[in-house]
Amino acid sequence: MSDAFSAYPRRSVLAGLASLAAAPALAKESQVTLPFANGERPMVRLPQKRPLIALTTRPPQVETPFAVFDQGLITPNDAFFVRYHLSGLPDTIDPATFRLTLGGHVDHPLSLSLAALKRDFPAQEVVAVNQCSGNSRGFSNPRVAGGQLGNGAMGNARWRGVPLRALLDRAGIKAGARQVSFNGLDTPPVDTVPDFVKALDLDHARDGEVMVAWAMNGEDLPFLNGYPLRLVVPGWYGTYWVKHLSEITVLDQPFDGYWMKTAYRIPDTPDASVPVGTKPASTRPISKLNVRSFLTSHVDGARIVAHRLTHLRGIAFSGGDGIAHVLVSTDDGGTWAEAQLGEDLGRYSFREWRLGVDLAPGRHIIRVRATTAAGETQPMQPLWNPPGYMRNVVEAVMVEAV
Amino acid sequence: MIARIAGCVAILALIGAAPGVSGRVVHYQPREEAVPPILSDEADQIVVANCISCHSLDYLTTQPRGKGAQFWRAEVTKMVTVFKAPVNPADEDAIVAALDRKFGSAPAVKPAA
Repeated sequence: MSDAFSAYPRRSVLAGLASLAAAPALAKESQVTLPFANGERPMVRLPQKRPLIALTTRPPQVETPFAVFDQGLITPNDAFFVRYHLSGLPDTIDPATFRLTLGGHVDHPLSLSLAALKRDFPAQEVVAVNQCSGNSRGFSNPRVAGGQLGNGAMGNARWRGVPLRALLDRAGIKAGARQVSFNGLDTPPVDTVPDFVKALDLDHARDGEVMVAWAMNGEDLPFLNGYPLRLVVPGWYGTYWVKHLSEITVLDQPFDGYWMKTAYRIPDTPDASVPVGTKPASTRPISKLNVRSFLTSHVDGARIVAHRLTHLRGIAFSGGDGIAHVLVSTDDGGTWAEAQLGEDLGRYSFREWRLGVDLAPGRHIIRVRATTAAGETQPMQPLWNPPGYMRNVVEAVMVEAV
Repeated sequence: MIARIAGCVAILALIGAAPGVSGRVVHYQPREEAVPPILSDEADQIVVANCISCHSLDYLTTQPRGKGAQFWRAEVTKMVTVFKAPVNPADEDAIVAALDRKFGSAPAVKPAA
């Protein structure tokens, strides 16, 4: 059972396996320390995943070791982060009997099998970043409550599925429709806890880009990333990318469930921040990713050879405006040089950047700053908000040339 | 109490489809949980007993330290009033006190930055 993943297809073996596993020899777990106080985390191996950095056990939450982001623009499925809200994960999914329903304010409610979904609608693909709203929350200063994540609650994948618009058009939206809500198979631990349901405005849901995806990087979605279907909302935070998606409802009024009305709210200010330690006067639902960039080729404290060409490399991404340029500073923001941009996998994808530098002996603070085609750029000082969302400060990494 | 907790932990397994192979039934069970040593005192039992009804205890231990009692009061209040967690209202003060005792003060020795 140490592999935690076995090719036993029948439920009848489940009870036997569970009792076998009731007294497991605990594998020695390795630990990592995220670079903030109380950042010690075990590395754990979840089904279909390589060892990843654990945040919580129930429900399961893991983040991607940052080194993975230097190994390619596409985040492998087995390294992709996992985030759940409610501990009631589905325990059995049978792709033969699974149905996606689309109902509510429509002319013809749908109940679609996976086979019908793949057969009866046009498929499309998009490469898009899925990033947790609270990615990097552990760096908030002052610290705030919530999942204490490093920078690994993000990933970039090629998603394949059917555009939500095609499903909505097939069902026929009635006049007066306003929003569309999305529910998955995961459930609350107790009845009083609000089920995890999210909503988009109708125009957004019908934009042709929002999709119901069944594949990720050419394979079925990993169970913990939403098998058999998840919503993909390119350019928007992961909270909208509902996993195990099973129920779509067209609404003739704005959805007012807890996970829209109360949770995942950001200050209603232009940059979603408030002065440190204060509360916002009003809030709005979180939505589009802000622009970010990272150095991936060198970790903080890395040693390089002085007076020799060193290749710096990293990633940049945004909420869909496209990366216009990435500037790199090797003197803590004093002067900047423009990096070369790599392959363009689309405006929702990670974009590689590269720059060769020649550094004198000593310590150098590398900073990276991306700007979108719409002119949005990263702040030099971190923005702050009470829930610790949307961190996108210009990152600083120290390298030592010797 | 430890025995009761052991009785309600479960074991992780995902049994069924191999990655990338369509069409087979997939089963999932949660991962094994343990009570972290920092919550092993008798006075912590009220925390353990209440919190594990909805989530694992690493939800507590990974939170920032040194935020004081008010930080934990806000969390417990959120669980009770927003999520209507099955917490006996009479236990709230004791839960907050126990959380503050274990996590409310910054550690004496700070981890390296």
